[in-house]
Amino acid sequence: MIQFRSVTKRYARSAPALDDVSFHVRKGEFVFLTGPSGAGKTSILKLIHMQGLPTDGEVRVSKYSSRKIRRREIPELRRRVGYVFQDFRLLEGLTAAENVAFALECTGTPKARIQPRVQRLLGQVGLAPRARSYPRELSGGEQQRVVIARALATEPVVLLADEPTGNLDERATTGVFELFRSIHAAGTTVVMATHDAELIRRNPGIRVLELENGALVYDSLAAGTVPGAPA
Amino acid sequence: MRSVREAARGMRRAPLLSGLSITAIGLSLFIIGLFALTAHNIDEALTDVESRVEVVAYLEEGTPEEIVSVVRSEIEGFPEIEDVRYVSKVEALYDASRELTEFSDVFSDLEVNPLPASLELRLREGSRTPEDVERVAERLRGYDFVEDVRYGRAWVDKVSSLRRIAGGAALALGGAFALGAILLIGTAVRMAVLARSREISIMQTVGATDAFIRRPFLIEGLLTGVAGGILASGLTWIAWWTVNRSLLELQWLPDLWVALGMILAAAIGVLAAGRGVRKEIRRIEAL
Repeated sequence: MIQFRSVTKRYARSAPALDDVSFHVRKGEFVFLTGPSGAGKTSILKLIHMQGLPTDGEVRVSKYSSRKIRRREIPELRRRVGYVFQDFRLLEGLTAAENVAFALECTGTPKARIQPRVQRLLGQVGLAPRARSYPRELSGGEQQRVVIARALATEPVVLLADEPTGNLDERATTGVFELFRSIHAAGTTVVMATHDAELIRRNPGIRVLELENGALVYDSLAAGTVPGAPA
Repeated sequence: MRSVREAARGMRRAPLLSGLSITAIGLSLFIIGLFALTAHNIDEALTDVESRVEVVAYLEEGTPEEIVSVVRSEIEGFPEIEDVRYVSKVEALYDASRELTEFSDVFSDLEVNPLPASLELRLREGSRTPEDVERVAERLRGYDFVEDVRYGRAWVDKVSSLRRIAGGAALALGGAFALGAILLIGTAVRMAVLARSREISIMQTVGATDAFIRRPFLIEGLLTGVAGGILASGLTWIAWWTVNRSLLELQWLPDLWVALGMILAAAIGVLAAGRGVRKEIRRIEAL
């Protein structure tokens, strides 16, 4: 589903953000991407989303390859790969329902199909009663649920999440994480960047990829163990 | 529909810049409009003058009328000729005294008629170029009894070149202003894009196409262009009306020209917006 082959990403005049990274995420997997700030977690998510191409190597996502993808194919790819940000990025002037509807409008969903779909999505993330609330009226956890509903709007096969619980308290974190688990259980591949060691420790069955200074230093699948898990 | 709403919102968000852009397009096309008005009226005058292009062959004293009559029908057979009129000495004197009333005394006191008889030739439409006129004149000079051939082509050419100069000046000046307008609209649209950079970044994230993202901005450019075009037409019309009323009678521009002007204005708007928005979209994506 997602394949990195010797991927190096260098931004202008700085050390490489990713250095010769290779891994493979299979369809339907749940993967934690961990490591300290600046280790390259976000760079990996951006490359999967084709926000920029690798300086060297190849990224493959489903049938798309970073070597061959054309600019006009990128929107198609992004409809199949949802993205959840740590800082939510909701439109303040729109209600929860309108924020979700926005994603559907932008991707050409026929008008008649938008409302029922928005209701179903908000129901799925447990926010149906708050559909008419504006982002400022919602808690952090609720805002993140709107973002997840928006990311699911195009029915993606992969869901990327960049520190989705980074701004949430423990209770909200648990709730949002459970939501990701249920999305995964329904068959969606999930790649979640997090530096929350506790979250990783509490979910020992989930594969962990650990980065340090742009290099992949640990893959629990290859090692056969999970860091932080009781020996 | 959504794109049009977004475009209107964009223009309302930066009214000063939108206003400036509209004024810039309006002024550049107004300049073109003024020159177009001049060129069009010169054109009209020229067509009128050209239809009267005459070649006059003055005949030698004492040329028998029978010969003139034979030659006249021969000349009428020239492909360039519309018609030929014979003006006898008497008619020439009569015409002269009628047209030059100040000199009527002089004419009435004459003992001998000094004016020669002549053949006045009018050329067919499409055969009025300087080359045509010259060719006809040359053939006329070939007749023994033709003393002199005159034609008023020289000043027609001068008016023609004046018209070309007016056209050139319009393009140069109007072009310079249009360039300024393109830069202004580009800036206005880039600011509108910046104001919506968060929205655009979300659109890119969820998989909106470039065309979908660009559309409202292109429509904003189009609306700016059309508004500028309307402003230019209005200004040109006011200028025409003022001159027409107080100075000299001018014709208003043909509808086709006005329509072309509007299309040009709209095209400038869309072009400038497209330039601005493309750059900004790529920049936002790279963030």
